[in-house]
Amino acid sequence: MTGHPFAPRLNRRHMLRGLGAVACSAAAHPLMTTVTLAGSDGAQPLGDHRLVVVILRGAMDGLDLVRPMGDPLLASYRPGLSATPGLDLDGYFALSPHLSGLTDLWQKGQLGFAHAVSTPYRNQRSHFDGQDILEAGTGLDLPDYAVRDGWLNRMLQSVPGLRAETAFAIGREAIPILEGRAEVRNWTPGMTFDLPSQSQLLLDHIYHDDPLFRAATTEALTLGVSMDAARMMEGQTPPVSDNRRLREMDRLVDFAADRLAEATRIAAFSLSGWDTHRNQAGAILGPMRQLERIVLRMADRLGPPVWDKTLLLAMTEFGRTVRENGSNGTDHGTGGAMLMAGGALRGGRVMGQWPGLATADLYQGRDLMPTSDVRAWAAWAMRGLYGIEAGVLERSIFPGLHMGDNPGLLA
Amino acid sequence: MTPDPIIAAFRFGYGLPSPAGAPRGPEAMLAALAGPDTMATAFPGPRVDAAMLALMNDADTALRTSRRSEGAAATEARATYRAHIADLQSLRTDAVKASFARAVEAPDGFRERLVQFWSSHFTTTARSNTQAALPAALVEEAIRPHLTGPFSAMLRAAILHPAMLSYLDQSASIGPNSAFGQRKNKGLNENLARELLELHTLGAGSGYTQTDVRQMAELLTGLFMGKKGVTFNPVRAEPGPETVLGQTYDGDTLAAITRALDDLAIRPETATHLARKLATHFVADSPDPAIVTAIELALTQSNGDLMAAYTALLTHPAAWDPRKQKARQPFDFIAASLRALGLTGPQILRMGDGPFRRLILSPMTPMGQPWQAAPGPDGWAEEAEAWITPQGMAARITWAMEVPGRLVRPLPAPQTLLDRCLSASASDALIWAVPRAESVRQGVGLILASPDFNRR
Repeated sequence: MTGHPFAPRLNRRHMLRGLGAVACSAAAHPLMTTVTLAGSDGAQPLGDHRLVVVILRGAMDGLDLVRPMGDPLLASYRPGLSATPGLDLDGYFALSPHLSGLTDLWQKGQLGFAHAVSTPYRNQRSHFDGQDILEAGTGLDLPDYAVRDGWLNRMLQSVPGLRAETAFAIGREAIPILEGRAEVRNWTPGMTFDLPSQSQLLLDHIYHDDPLFRAATTEALTLGVSMDAARMMEGQTPPVSDNRRLREMDRLVDFAADRLAEATRIAAFSLSGWDTHRNQAGAILGPMRQLERIVLRMADRLGPPVWDKTLLLAMTEFGRTVRENGSNGTDHGTGGAMLMAGGALRGGRVMGQWPGLATADLYQGRDLMPTSDVRAWAAWAMRGLYGIEAGVLERSIFPGLHMGDNPGLLA
Repeated sequence: MTPDPIIAAFRFGYGLPSPAGAPRGPEAMLAALAGPDTMATAFPGPRVDAAMLALMNDADTALRTSRRSEGAAATEARATYRAHIADLQSLRTDAVKASFARAVEAPDGFRERLVQFWSSHFTTTARSNTQAALPAALVEEAIRPHLTGPFSAMLRAAILHPAMLSYLDQSASIGPNSAFGQRKNKGLNENLARELLELHTLGAGSGYTQTDVRQMAELLTGLFMGKKGVTFNPVRAEPGPETVLGQTYDGDTLAAITRALDDLAIRPETATHLARKLATHFVADSPDPAIVTAIELALTQSNGDLMAAYTALLTHPAAWDPRKQKARQPFDFIAASLRALGLTGPQILRMGDGPFRRLILSPMTPMGQPWQAAPGPDGWAEEAEAWITPQGMAARITWAMEVPGRLVRPLPAPQTLLDRCLSASASDALIWAVPRAESVRQGVGLILASPDFNRR
């Protein structure tokens, strides 16, 4: 990470956090927050619309999520991964079979995708830098002071009258997309790997600059590794079962939905496990199921009146290689896909300009060529949901972004 | 990149504080290694001697009797079996204690780290209760005595050890055209031959063929672990000469097998394989090619002299890269913690089996390294990512927070521990965090769970 233009931001954020964090709220701590909720008071400066952002950590394989089955090249690049048929969406693209629960929403126009999207991040393919850029919402050419906070927080900053106590964080994983000057509130579900919060804060501090230790411990805390002294001394190896992950996820979704049904307008989740270098067909099953569960449970828990006002965006730091690798997985790539859902969406479409899969059409001969900026889709979502001025979006929230033509995201 | 004493302690030993008499600098480290193995004498381990063979044979006999008989005879045989197994398992537990005691006490931690390295290279696990003490005996009889000699000596001792012959099914491999094979209609098991070429010597993808594996397996027939220990019986051996990598080995004798092992030990492919493994284990998961080449050259030019390899390793600048790119494996993590906490070897030996199991042995399982139970014959993983996992970190953090207070009373003051076990290498983040701990216990836990302590 050293030498990268974004490295200084991490340190600065770390410093700001370190000075006061132990004494005050756990809001900003990577081990402490997963879902952050921002709400408004009775005056509802944001109106009735709800925006849910799900950060898919680890680089979700967009070509596995939404498969260009109409392109015969797909099978040659991915003989293993394309062997199980997907669910036909529009005659050209097919949905991952693991998301079969979402086909009803597709039929109703409450599910859609943008394909071949990416942030401006190129060539390094580091998860941590990629996620930082995705959540900071910036390009690569800005001085670090401009990107200390997350783009969703800057959106909140741009709306006057939001009250301080209307924001929550749920879970234990960082959600830098909502970090910044506008205050958000946090909620942490009960822990299965039980550490006092003071220990968590201090461990967070000492793991902060070591991505490997930080990621492993964050996942241990977030995804429910059952570990305590008694289990350890019996030599038990705790499984991290998909069911446990689903239950943990349910608690986060339920909490978020219950707040969204009231005064809260913004929620951001984080879902990891997408780094499928090996045996992707099996490895991606758990995260896919969780993603499906988030959408379905959110729709169900909110119920039609609120779901109809809701837009959920699931985005990832970058895509994965077009070709399968030697261990039946895929490696870090560039262009990826974004999932959108909600009653507020004009869905039933795979949006974006499809670049094709011919070798000449690939980015550096290996990755899906990005044809649109993932930030533009988020910008149009906020423009449509909350009426944020294009100028504010292009200058403050996503500095340097060109939003392009209105894709007409909302129903 | 000059030799730094803190890097030396972390990368080539069991960390700080450096024990009394610890050699300083590569030359002193190599000199100590060339000297006597004092820890083997101070904390002895098990051997496959007449007593262990008798215990194993009697246990097998009792088990068979208990299955064939009924009533009181069966009950008595079961009790005998259990008592013998308990004795064998106690040999095993004593061997684990000795391993930790040696790691904590050894003036030359490099020797103990090399023992762990080669124990993983020649991994075996007990495949039945009767074999409980065999893997530890292999370390004692095949690894330690040959640690600094020619690789061929260690290779011979490890391949011909009862633990290896049992673990890799050599006892079930019979020459199909041998008298025994014809009579019993039995044939080859290629397991040991394949792993010998792929893991212990040449390395995967180094150019040998399935025919070489097959020929090696035929050459190894006759060799088995029997009631009297390791035996070569020509009645089981495939008749006729075998050709491995172009070399023909004639005569159905043990001597033909050892000739083949000696040849394999000095093959250039073996030097390449061992050099890469040594550099990967000690220095970095993706080591500088220059250090690999240096070790490889040392091995080739010396016909596989291990001291030459270690010299090339320790005197190469890349070995002293200040970046700590490796993660301590669970054994190293616990051993380094015990040393940092001030436990002594004799204290470890005196621990009751129950507390030892709960506080030291069993926690290695959730950390990902159940004792002498590597997932396969390729031994333990090297990559930091294989150890610093969600489960592994949950176990390390829990151990760091919960166990030290049960081992040492009173616990050292966190600041003292920090100075003692990290010295000048503590990061700013850890220095910031330790005084902010709520309790001594938590402060100690933070230090032991920190990347500073867990990387080397």
